[in-house]
Amino acid sequence: MSHENDSSMPVPGNDEAAAHRGTPAPADPIADPGLAPHEPRPTDVDKHAERRAERQVATLFMLSALCTVLFVVSYFAFDIGESTDTFLGFSTSNLTLGLSLGFALLLLGIGAIQLARKLMSDVEIIEMRHPVASSEQDRRDALAALTQGADDSGIGRRPLIRNSLIGAVALLGLPAVVALRDLGPLPGDSLERTVWKKGMRIVNDVSGEPLKPDEIEIGQLINAEPAVFFATNKEGDPVYEGVELQQEKAKAAVIVVRMQPKDITPLPSRDNWGVEGILCYSKICTHVGCPISLWEQQSHHLLCPCHQSTFDLADNGKVIFGPAARSLPQLPIGLDDQGYLVAMSDFTEPVGPSFWERG
Amino acid sequence: MAIRTNGKTAAQAEKPSKVGGVVTWFDDRLGLATATKKQIRKVFPDHWSFMLGEIALWSFVVLLLTGVFLTLWFKPSMGEVTYMGSYDQLRGLEMSEAYASTLHISFDIRGGLLMRQIHHWAAMLFIAAMFVHMMRVFFTGAFRKPRELNWVIGGLLLMLGILEGFAGYSLPDDLLSGTGLRIADGLMKSIPVLGTYVSFFAFGGEFPGDYIIPRLFTVHVLLIPGLLLALIGAHMLLLVYHKHTQWAGPGRTEENVVGFPMMPVYAAKAGGFFFIVFGGTALMGALMEINPVWKYGPYNPAEVTAGSQPDWYMGVAEGLLRIMPGWESHIFGFTISWNILIPGVVAPGVIFTAVLLYPFIESWITGDKREHHLLQRPRNAPNRTAFLVAMMTLYGLLWAAGGNDILAVIFNLNLNYITYFMRGAIFVLPVVAFIVARRWAISLQRADEARLLHGYETGVIMRSPEGEYTERHLPISRTEAYTLTARDRDEVFALPSGEDANGVPAPHRRSDKLRSKLSKFWFADNIQKPTREEYDEAQHHAEHELAIHAGEAHSADGHQFDGRHDVQGEELRKH
Repeated sequence: MSHENDSSMPVPGNDEAAAHRGTPAPADPIADPGLAPHEPRPTDVDKHAERRAERQVATLFMLSALCTVLFVVSYFAFDIGESTDTFLGFSTSNLTLGLSLGFALLLLGIGAIQLARKLMSDVEIIEMRHPVASSEQDRRDALAALTQGADDSGIGRRPLIRNSLIGAVALLGLPAVVALRDLGPLPGDSLERTVWKKGMRIVNDVSGEPLKPDEIEIGQLINAEPAVFFATNKEGDPVYEGVELQQEKAKAAVIVVRMQPKDITPLPSRDNWGVEGILCYSKICTHVGCPISLWEQQSHHLLCPCHQSTFDLADNGKVIFGPAARSLPQLPIGLDDQGYLVAMSDFTEPVGPSFWERG
Repeated sequence: MAIRTNGKTAAQAEKPSKVGGVVTWFDDRLGLATATKKQIRKVFPDHWSFMLGEIALWSFVVLLLTGVFLTLWFKPSMGEVTYMGSYDQLRGLEMSEAYASTLHISFDIRGGLLMRQIHHWAAMLFIAAMFVHMMRVFFTGAFRKPRELNWVIGGLLLMLGILEGFAGYSLPDDLLSGTGLRIADGLMKSIPVLGTYVSFFAFGGEFPGDYIIPRLFTVHVLLIPGLLLALIGAHMLLLVYHKHTQWAGPGRTEENVVGFPMMPVYAAKAGGFFFIVFGGTALMGALMEINPVWKYGPYNPAEVTAGSQPDWYMGVAEGLLRIMPGWESHIFGFTISWNILIPGVVAPGVIFTAVLLYPFIESWITGDKREHHLLQRPRNAPNRTAFLVAMMTLYGLLWAAGGNDILAVIFNLNLNYITYFMRGAIFVLPVVAFIVARRWAISLQRADEARLLHGYETGVIMRSPEGEYTERHLPISRTEAYTLTARDRDEVFALPSGEDANGVPAPHRRSDKLRSKLSKFWFADNIQKPTREEYDEAQHHAEHELAIHAGEAHSADGHQFDGRHDVQGEELRKH
């Protein structure tokens, strides 16, 4: 396919291009020497090279086909299941399927490109550009047609029709918005309250066991939740489950920490919010709501793993670093008659990220 | 028999060859021959950097294919089920159907994990390729008239691609993706006045609700892919209509496009490249684990993993959120969370608007309203190049800030100091980068000028009788000289000056003054190509110099091997 492309052949379009080049503009230092003549590749002039390239490309295609067969074989040959690391830390099925598919595709692609590079004509051809814009005549015609159309419609002459039409169409935007109203309920005051209330026990978030002060050591942090998340109703069904549980958990999750009472510097109003150095804070970051529980025992700092806001739990949950703006809300706690930790009320402020109506 | 048509005579069927028969059958019904006769041999210029957009295109196709496979088993539901599949460690746990079906795809569908991993890797590649393609277009000025609208379409594609990625990343409803949604909820709530409503309407109630995954699924598999497809179609149509840009060179002008025909060369190259992209992502899916959701566990709003990181393209948003100081205002009983609003809503809005408007801003400053089909070398537009380098610096810093906890652990640094550093660095370092890149580009322009006028360095050191050492320069080839000068001269926009016939001074609008200042900053320091006189003068000088040294025979053996001459039969002189 190659020998007719030798350099003596005129490059199509080159003459046309030459006409455009002409002499350089006065300021241009060098005239365009024009497209260099085509240099034949080995495969253009050497029959052996051509045959070799042919074999090369065909081999690539055949290897690709082999890999495709291997894919089908491995699909049926290897079990999958839980084991994700049977072979060199990979699941055998995933590895063999992926490798065979990958190479089947890669070899096909490499073969096609090799074919284009070695055996298809590599004579550069020239195509002239045309102005992107339409011709002046076409523009005038189009504009005239547009004007004619507008005139025929008579809309311009009849402002009453025009304005009422615009108004009617614009108003149709309204149903589009209104119909979306039921996307969700209105917020109401749901962000301002949680399920915590006076007397509700604070329980371990995994076991659901209530907490006693003497079971908590100084420096310890416990991830906790309100007891109601583990409670069942008369029929034996959980009080909260599914979505509702997730929604309430997203607000009511807390952490319980115990520090040396002398280290704690409570606000005057929070003097009786803890029990023997045990304090309870919202676990939901006041920045954008990630659950926080990276606890530095020595410094009493609590760090959010998402954006590194850091709160000082000995100092009323004050922000000491990072993008959060507000202190971590604290839950006032006390003991019930059996000596278990309980909430003394709901949180006194909304937990979690700020929002407009929060005040 | 003549058939009446609107004007031209319709084709008469000839006795067809086999291919001709098929073509005729279709053309009789679709009339495609007229539309396609020129497109079949359409010319595309060749350069490695023109392949970057192709990576994006093909990875999108890979996403469509693997994505369809995944939808066959994925259940976009937040309904609670008890997992009873193959993965031992989570068996018996309560989780959403979305998460359970993701586990099912990973452990019980043959090739499911592979497709999931290919899908995720291809998504990363899709966005990365769009970024790099966009940088190529920016650096070379390919966005200039008449391609501004295609730049805008490209910008929208990138934006939609990122949203699409985030939506897809959220679907498995694992602990990590749920944390991402929690952050998205925080961003929504920070919007003044409407924020709480936006959040409640998006999540169908309080976070997390049970609507968000089905809704994101529709967004992810229908809405955004539909928009992406339409925009990609428009992007490609405009590419075909405008014809591809090319690098200047002998025979390559503003009026033509030189390269290989679509059929067969580009069909084979681009078609083959699709298989390479697909094959590459398949190998990644086989060998590189990504998003192992089974290790994270189902979403629980009370839990989080330390070291949580989003996909790479969200890193900048994450960095902005992390380094913003904790500012919040309380006015008339309302809260404005600047600490979230600025990095989460305002900054992305400003950045994307600036990206989309850039071609129009630049053409206003330069006053350049001509069509451009030849690419500019980055050095020949120093301010534009420097601007992008500054933006890349900013991007890199914010991206690093998005992993400040990881950096702190790996390099054993203080996390707080990294954050404080970044707060200053994002304002200072882009400016430094701008200045350095701008001067660098101008220096490269000087180097080009020196090469053009004084020739290339031969590496041959000459000693004069006085003992002075100089390096001999030889003229560069005509091809190279032409290529170096095949560019426009920059023109600084000057304020209209003087007075008109009635002695009224030319009016100076404020926008003109600003434009003139900007234009001066933009162009005044650039090195322009020499005029014909300057070039000829330099050529004479060089010839003169060569003539002087011509007598000093054998003083510089060896430079016939400099790769510019035919060396057949040449030998190093024997001493």
